[in-house]
Amino acid sequence: MRPVQVPGAAEIETDPLGIEASQERGEFPYWLVLMLLIIGLFAYLTFFDPTYVGARRAILPGLGITIRATLIAFVIALVIGLIAGLGRIARNSVVRTLATTYVEFIRGVPMLVLIFAVALVIVPLLADALGFSNRLPQEVRAIIALALIYGGYIAEVFRAGVESVHPGQLEASRSLGMPHSSAMRHVVIPQAVRNVLPALGNDFISMLKDSSLLSVLGVTEITQQARIFASSTFQFREGFLVLTFLYLTMTLVLSLLVAWLGRRLKRG
Amino acid sequence: MVEQPAIGDNDRVVVHRLSKRFGNVQAVADVNLRVRVGEAMVIVGPSGSGKSTVLRCMNHLEVPTKGAIYIDGVHLEDPKTDINAVRKEMGMVFQQFNLFPHLTVMGNLTLAQKRVRRRSQKEAEEIGMQQLNRVGIPEKARMKPAQLSGGQQQRVAIARSLAMNPKVMLFDEPTSALDPEMINEVLDVMRELAASGMTMVVVTHEMGFAREIGSHLVMMDEGRVVEEGNAAEVFANPQNERTRAFFSKIL
Ligand SMILES: Nc1ncnc2c1ncn2[C@@H]1O[C@H](COP(=O)(O)OP(=O)(O)OP(=O)(O)O)[C@@H](O)[C@H]1O
Ligand SMILES: [Mg+2]
Repeated sequence: MRPVQVPGAAEIETDPLGIEASQERGEFPYWLVLMLLIIGLFAYLTFFDPTYVGARRAILPGLGITIRATLIAFVIALVIGLIAGLGRIARNSVVRTLATTYVEFIRGVPMLVLIFAVALVIVPLLADALGFSNRLPQEVRAIIALALIYGGYIAEVFRAGVESVHPGQLEASRSLGMPHSSAMRHVVIPQAVRNVLPALGNDFISMLKDSSLLSVLGVTEITQQARIFASSTFQFREGFLVLTFLYLTMTLVLSLLVAWLGRRLKRG
Repeated sequence: MVEQPAIGDNDRVVVHRLSKRFGNVQAVADVNLRVRVGEAMVIVGPSGSGKSTVLRCMNHLEVPTKGAIYIDGVHLEDPKTDINAVRKEMGMVFQQFNLFPHLTVMGNLTLAQKRVRRRSQKEAEEIGMQQLNRVGIPEKARMKPAQLSGGQQQRVAIARSLAMNPKVMLFDEPTSALDPEMINEVLDVMRELAASGMTMVVVTHEMGFAREIGSHLVMMDEGRVVEEGNAAEVFANPQNERTRAFFSKIL
């Protein structure tokens, strides 16, 4: 799920779990209790039930790759996203057109299709063109694919972030004699980044989940490990329960962190 | 290209046949103004009469549709003009303060000094501190703008401009966003500034203040200057009917 970011600081999502909203309504977050019970049950089965030992041993080793691929791709996506996001609102119309084309292209194609296209078509083409035709490992291609896809999404986040900064900030900086570039760098972008931190956190969570798509490239992250395990042992229940447990634990922890961060930023 | 007006050594700001359109709205129509060194010009007039637009053109935040602005003889609209070099000699104070919320008060005061005036951190902080003293809130240096009252924020904004050692200060309704009890602390700072000989252009609805400091009063209506002259004289004896109507409504 990826809501289109609308300009206006107040409109940037800071309470994705609805924790703050439920507190304002004076409601206890029962869903969180239920979720913790489910995770607790899954954890018990994964670590203490003997029938799940095989699944656990097969899948857990993929966790490092899942985390590594997500982290590296996210950092690259942040850089691409910042550049493309600023490009979207650049004064130079060539830059703006190129950035917009990139973002709209990414947004117009399903992620799975993009992963195939980038890893199996674009990366080999680029590698050939750049002269290192020695075959890149699938994990590297997968990371490039994820980074390029999320770079497009994150560009929109950064664009919304810059637009959420009051125009008076740029005017005040310019009126002090600061050039446009240094006003952006020291005044607008720091505020924009602050405004979009929760949104970026949510993108990180989405990316962690979407890294499961890398299994189609044969990258041995947890989803691929679970598929291999399940199809060779026919222990589908065990395999996918362990897999679900791992994703759910990671995303819940991260979501709580993002929610906490959002509330902290709101308080200033 | 408009013909170049005669510009004397004492003319800090010359507004020459300025017109500005926004789509169908003629915000400013053929305005001529001259702000001399050491003078405090006050611009008054009803809402939408083009006061802010004139002021913003003086700083090139708006680009005129027609006409020209000269700051110390430098033609702002000339593509060869280095606008940042002109702006660093001008201060601008906004209705909404526009302090940088992510920086401390001192950070607000030093940023442009370091980036534009190329001063060291130490020197910038010293000058910043002097200006904070001048506006009466040296104890707020380490606070964030959000922790200050509106009046204090506006005083910081004035200090931020003063720290650049401007030759002219532009004020766009600096007290309009303030609670009544805070208006005077800002006006006091501006009175002191005018008394010290700062060249100023002030758009305001504070008529008492305008009468008091305005060596030169300009009355605008529907994008035009309808009357101007010595402030005390215009207040005592307005010649134009719209000026009279405006005064009777507002005083
Ligand atoms: N950026 C803009 N886009 C479109 N119209 C504008 C813009 N800025 C000003 N205007 C219009 O130009 C006219 C003059 O506006 P201006 O802000 O200069 O008036 P003002 O005298 O400062 O009024 P106020 O006392 O309300 O601040 C108004 O009709 C206003 O709506
Ligand atoms: Mg105005």
